[in-house]
Amino acid sequence: MTANGWLQFVVFSLLILITARPLGIYLEGVIEGKIGWINRLFGKPEQLIYKLCGVQAHEEMGWKEYAGALLGFSAVTLLATYFIERLQAILPFNPQHLTSVSPWLAWNTSASFTTNTNWQSYTPEMTMSYLTQMAGLATHNFLSAAVGIVAAIALVRGIKRTDCKTIGNFWVDITRVLLYVLLPGSVIYALVLVATGVPQNLHGYVQAHTLEQPGIVQTIAEGPVASQEAIKMLGTNGGGFFNANSAHPYENPTPFSNFLEILSIFLIPAALTCTLGSMTHSPGHGWAVFAAMFVLFAAGFAAVYAAESQYNPMLRGVAQTGSATAPAGNMEGKEVRNGIAASALFATATTDASCGAVNSMHDSYTPLGGMVLLTNILLGEVVFGGVGAGLYGMLIFVILAVFIAGLMVGRTPEYLGKKIEAFDVKMAMLYVLIFPLAILTLAAIYVILPKIGLSSLNNPGPHGLSEILYAFTSAVGNNGSAFAGLNANTPAYNIALGWAMLIGRFLMLVPVLAIAGNLAQKKRLPVSAGTFPVNTPTFTVLLIGVVLILGALTFFPVLSLGPILEHLQLHAGHLF
Amino acid sequence: MHSIWKTSLRYTIFSFLLFGLVYPLALTGVAERLFPHKADGSLIVRNGEVIGSKLLAQGFTSDRYFHPRPSAAGNGYDAAESGASNLAQSNAILVHREQADVDKLRKENPGVPVPEDLVTASASGLDPDITPDAAYFQALRVAKARGWSVDVVRALIAEHTVGRTFGLLGEPRVNVLELNLVLDSRDPHKAVSVIP
Repeated sequence: MTANGWLQFVVFSLLILITARPLGIYLEGVIEGKIGWINRLFGKPEQLIYKLCGVQAHEEMGWKEYAGALLGFSAVTLLATYFIERLQAILPFNPQHLTSVSPWLAWNTSASFTTNTNWQSYTPEMTMSYLTQMAGLATHNFLSAAVGIVAAIALVRGIKRTDCKTIGNFWVDITRVLLYVLLPGSVIYALVLVATGVPQNLHGYVQAHTLEQPGIVQTIAEGPVASQEAIKMLGTNGGGFFNANSAHPYENPTPFSNFLEILSIFLIPAALTCTLGSMTHSPGHGWAVFAAMFVLFAAGFAAVYAAESQYNPMLRGVAQTGSATAPAGNMEGKEVRNGIAASALFATATTDASCGAVNSMHDSYTPLGGMVLLTNILLGEVVFGGVGAGLYGMLIFVILAVFIAGLMVGRTPEYLGKKIEAFDVKMAMLYVLIFPLAILTLAAIYVILPKIGLSSLNNPGPHGLSEILYAFTSAVGNNGSAFAGLNANTPAYNIALGWAMLIGRFLMLVPVLAIAGNLAQKKRLPVSAGTFPVNTPTFTVLLIGVVLILGALTFFPVLSLGPILEHLQLHAGHLF
Repeated sequence: MHSIWKTSLRYTIFSFLLFGLVYPLALTGVAERLFPHKADGSLIVRNGEVIGSKLLAQGFTSDRYFHPRPSAAGNGYDAAESGASNLAQSNAILVHREQADVDKLRKENPGVPVPEDLVTASASGLDPDITPDAAYFQALRVAKARGWSVDVVRALIAEHTVGRTFGLLGEPRVNVLELNLVLDSRDPHKAVSVIP
């Protein structure tokens, strides 16, 4: 580890801290329609969209109606992407004349992008036409991000409102997030990316006659990369334009673009904690949640950075100490311009935040480095988390933390003046239990099936278990990163992972909205001496404890059979 | 219920048009005006022929050139099939591959430890850079093959080393293709055919 590496982490953290509040307040203003100049300038076009789409913008929705609109819309967009993929051979913007996508891959990919997962079991530059990338996939980057954000906002409204049967209007909410946050953000961001070297064109792949042997032709894949890259990072989607994702120099050409990309993973998720604080009139609570997330993030970075600064103990005769110009560490699957520190920072942020973009290959991380990345996802994607998904996930843990605190002192638990009762805790437990149940069951099935499960492995031994576990964790956690050696482009994996992603998104969203609806109709109790304060360091520690204990207790056994065993064997001189 | 499907369908058409077509196509138009070279992929053209991209590694095997990092993209440096080895640290295939490369490089430059980035495959398979250490490690070989003094080559490396951005971000690096182009431009035998 180097001082410079840590300094990058510190500067990154400060920027997230500084941007959280203004952006969080802006998000609230936009979604609640409270910003005057936006209403004046864009009010008419916004109304026109509602008119064209048949939205009754003034009508508020109950939680069931809100969930219905969210699910119905997601289903229709999923189908639209499925058909674009299946028909891409006869559709425009296909200069490479790529054939249409096979049914199971198209199913997996449309489920993947609808759920904000962006798991990719294909090599994009060899499989997807420009139209599929732009319309079929990047559109979902916008939509699934907006859906996540509005679900979190709906939950916060549930906490905020009293004696109210409704939690907002789904169509109005996503429209405002799309038009005033994600679209302008992406346009500016994409142009900055082009300025750093990210291509944005529509012509076919370029044939280059290489310098040493002009007879050898290098085919260079091109395309509308920057427009997709911007929303891929800003919406914590993570689906790469190229197979190598943000490791590809065309997606992430310089250390500066790399830093921006890491920053844009956490930008909105961190800001949403301040939106929570502001909307519920308890900014201290927002910061307490932010603090819990930050502690888990910092701990994860320290662990990954330390692990990746180690050489493979089985490799002899390499520059074993590092130097000022080549810091020591495991460089397999990493890029020189990023080095160890910026790779570890990216990897930690992307697994914390259900982004899933990668600038280095997690499969080749040291056993312990890879384990921390896997653990970040297994904690439930609540360390800042995906846009919206991170906040509503963390709020579920907040409800459980408050419930546990209530049990300890023998009082009915309250959260910001709302009684937490049986229905809320049941829904929260449903949310918390679906996650490990889906991951462990599916991984266990595929681990015992040699023909359809194990035959896809790229690595033998305990790392093979990690590969399969990571795949289902990434899918259910809607992360999308991978131990990418696993060949997941088989019908068996495409089907199972597709369902895993849908379970991890929608089966978990419904209990969240149910809690939102239930909280909204409750009365607010006055604060008393017995109220457990949720804006103190004590609360932050309790919240971290709940997240860690649930994650650690559930998944420690399987981690000990995968990465921990691999680490011990490797350091005992055993290869597989 | 009926209205949910109707609104969903209309909203899907609206959003696919706006975000799937208008946004990327308009952005392409603007980007190609503002940054034509970069929007096009930072291609390097010599004598009217594209020889590669500044941002992408290409294969070099001759002793006269600096070599990039090992590549697992396609059959090596395939810019239409990017990718990594994805081999685990505990995988014997990885360790044996790295060890074989280490042994080969040690013969080229005995007594000097081998910089790690020269024996590890990059994440994209197209990493255009090597560490300055890896460039200096190859200086002797390149100088010998070209009949130059090693100091000349070392000076060229120093000149083409890019530091951390703002002195903070990323790591120092040397772009292999650009350095090799400089080598050829200084070489009287090669210069004629490469410089327009």
